[in-house]
Amino acid sequence: MTRRDTLERLFPSGWQDDAVFDNGFAGTGMCDGESIRYIGVENATEVGVDQALAMARLVLDTVKQHARRAILFLLDTQGQRLRKRDELLGLNGYMAHLAKCVELARANNHPILSLVYGEAVSGGYLATGMMADACYALSDAQIQVMNLPSMARITKIPLGHLEQLSEHSPVFSPGVANYAQMGHLQEIWDGELAAKLKHALMRVREARPADQRMALGQQRGGRCVAYEVVQRVEHAA
Amino acid sequence: MEQLQFQVPSRAQSQRRDAVLVGVVGSGNCEVLLETASSDAVCLATVHTAAHGFSDIWRRVIEDFATRCNAGGLRVEINDVGATPAVVTLRLYQAIEAWESGYA
Amino acid sequence: MRKGYYEASARDRIRGVIDPGSWGEFIPPTERITSPHLPLLDQPVAFDDGIVVGAGRLNGKDVLIAAQEGRFLGGAVGEVHGAKLVGLIERALKIRPSAVILLLDSGGVRLHEANAGLIAVSEIMRAILHARVQGVKFVGVIGGSCGCFGGMGLVARCCDVLLMSEEGRLGMSGPEVIETVRGVEEFDSRDRALVWRVTGGKHRYLIGEVDMLVDDDVAQFRAAIARAIEAPADFSLEGLEREHDMLARRWSRFADANDARDIWAGLGMPDVTRMALMSTEEFTRAAENVRERP
Repeated sequence: MTRRDTLERLFPSGWQDDAVFDNGFAGTGMCDGESIRYIGVENATEVGVDQALAMARLVLDTVKQHARRAILFLLDTQGQRLRKRDELLGLNGYMAHLAKCVELARANNHPILSLVYGEAVSGGYLATGMMADACYALSDAQIQVMNLPSMARITKIPLGHLEQLSEHSPVFSPGVANYAQMGHLQEIWDGELAAKLKHALMRVREARPADQRMALGQQRGGRCVAYEVVQRVEHAA
Repeated sequence: MEQLQFQVPSRAQSQRRDAVLVGVVGSGNCEVLLETASSDAVCLATVHTAAHGFSDIWRRVIEDFATRCNAGGLRVEINDVGATPAVVTLRLYQAIEAWESGYA
Repeated sequence: MRKGYYEASARDRIRGVIDPGSWGEFIPPTERITSPHLPLLDQPVAFDDGIVVGAGRLNGKDVLIAAQEGRFLGGAVGEVHGAKLVGLIERALKIRPSAVILLLDSGGVRLHEANAGLIAVSEIMRAILHARVQGVKFVGVIGGSCGCFGGMGLVARCCDVLLMSEEGRLGMSGPEVIETVRGVEEFDSRDRALVWRVTGGKHRYLIGEVDMLVDDDVAQFRAAIARAIEAPADFSLEGLEREHDMLARRWSRFADANDARDIWAGLGMPDVTRMALMSTEEFTRAAENVRERP
């Protein structure tokens, strides 16, 4: 789905862009009478240092100018920008800075939500959507680290074996359903997005939950050991 | 992966210790975990190896180790990624030395 | 006696960093909490899943410490590996150590359990940042053979203080990945001098990505970590604004830089052609007035 269609469905009572950057956008949408700050990337862009910096600025400004306003990340990215220049400048530092700004917003009572409406791949997703209080994706969206043919080449495991295993295991193959089963996605969205957004916001506002993705992953049978390992390290004598 | 088990006679190890770990699970290498087992007269060895079909060589390496060292009462468990017999032997000696000296 | 940090194992590094006799490991190798996913792919497991976590003391101060083993699957993060780190951070929230020390040595997400690894990295980042808001201090350390890449490159920069050796490497996408996708003209991963100029400790120190540069020696790492623990913790809007200014300045000045040497010269570093040859001490002295910092 295009970002315009996504915004129309999320904010049927109105939305307005007020900032643009390279393959990125930000603005305000109305959800049940409440203003939401949306920040996003489009066209399956690779997120580079300039975009990470622009998003960090937008988050910091939201914290300074709009107390407690919810922030919604809208994502369509094929990952971090794979350029020598971006590495030279320290892309990981820019991405981490963005993640820190998101945490500052959370600490200042801004609910943080994210929605993958196109693609989300590894590094482009980590510092943005994956830092949210609750993460969502559209049913026709795609989330992955790497496609199976590339994975087969690098791990030297036969592609057929990976494909066969991926029918039963959510642990390595692409797909939003896998990320839901592993507890990362709170929910996969379809249909009336405005109502879903309203509900998601209410849920975060009421509970301000800590990161519960591991517990969710265990409940849903997608990540069976992580939760217990955390408990054991946390409470070891 | 292939799993092999051996039970070979060995002189009793007198040093008491919880466990010792040496080596690393990397290509051409292996990690060796030593723990206390029940019987003082034998060394129990379990090998998980990525290289299939080398059971006889593993048996010889383990038997040689159990003959030369005081490995009675010890349980040896190895995660292997195609280490040569020489490397495995080195790791086993390193492990028993750490067990006896207390310094890995 | 000098003992190289680069070549040392994860357990040797911990042994060299903390006070003798103070170590206690959580979920030690004897518990055999190994990856449930690797056997399905017919891959070997490690008894500690490539990461050692525990508690100890440094100059008498209580610390929690984790060390990644770069020689097991490149120190990559899988479900168990990541959860051990998250558990350590959660524990820090309860027991309030003087610092949590992360000895990083990792290529990033473990492809064999890619989704679990990526989610785990995001959980580590969230846990660190949440704990920082609550006042827990994190010291990141880079100097191993795998460097610190992928999501772990972000984790490193989520710490309060980051230490690195000249030999350490820090980045997001590894040179091999960029070369594979964009071609050798973009990044020749076999050009070691180039890789060093882009990802190495001196460059990262000069541009303000790293706070302390350390010689490749376990004892010197210990001394530097002890100093880092004393640094004041800060996680505030003002602090992030200062960091933002530094990053914005870097982008506006060096967006067109083609090589690290352009950046070093631009910052006013004297004699950039000799930089690789300088000892850590000589280099940090020369860099003192020109290096960027937030």
